[in-house]
Amino acid sequence: MKKTTKKQTESIVIRTMSRIMIPFIQLFGLYVIIHGEASPGGGFQGGVILGTSIILLAIVFDLREAERRMPWKVITAFMCVGLLIYSGIGLLDLLSGGAYLEYTKLPLPLPAHEISALSILFVEIGIGITVMAVIILLFYYLVGDQNAS
Amino acid sequence: MIRIFSIISLCLVGIIFFYVAEDMPDLGDPNNPTNIHVSPRYIEKSMEETGTPNMVTAVLASYRGYDTLGETTVIFTAAMAAILLFQKWGK
Repeated sequence: MKKTTKKQTESIVIRTMSRIMIPFIQLFGLYVIIHGEASPGGGFQGGVILGTSIILLAIVFDLREAERRMPWKVITAFMCVGLLIYSGIGLLDLLSGGAYLEYTKLPLPLPAHEISALSILFVEIGIGITVMAVIILLFYYLVGDQNAS
Repeated sequence: MIRIFSIISLCLVGIIFFYVAEDMPDLGDPNNPTNIHVSPRYIEKSMEETGTPNMVTAVLASYRGYDTLGETTVIFTAAMAAILLFQKWGK
């Protein structure tokens, strides 16, 4: 929309390549989070990889473009939702008769170790969402012009 | 004068460190306290107790769940502190 007026700081090669690369970076981040329980990886690492894709968008294009894709409100909501998923699983375990974060007491029709594996997957997803949001938020604060707007 | 005192105290601390290092368990000894306390439980039982083939994730998210929750809370608190410091409040 404002592509004609906006001053492009990077060359067209970098813009095109990052436009191609960003979905694969995000896919790799999701892979690292989802397969964290079976292979090296996990929520922290995958969340950082997901965050770097938005950081790359903000570096190559500009901060306004990144803020349009990932607004501040969404980041703040993600930050809280990730931690809520983690502590909510602990609370569900507490409500279903176990200790806090005792995964095997959830009333699901599965063997105990599979319930545990499922809970660990959701825990990793929660960590990943929180870490991604925090990385992007700190980067926005670092590069943002605080006197504008 | 201060220089001489600092050199002497550094030598004393170094001697104490070398003396204490003699009592440390050997590196890689299977009878170390770190190798006989909880590590065999993690290695043998983590698959059937937590259902995850990755032992690191099992320890991180299941056995040490409180610790990881605390780490996530620390990161969350860092972002909250950044928001509190840098957000423009009330126009």
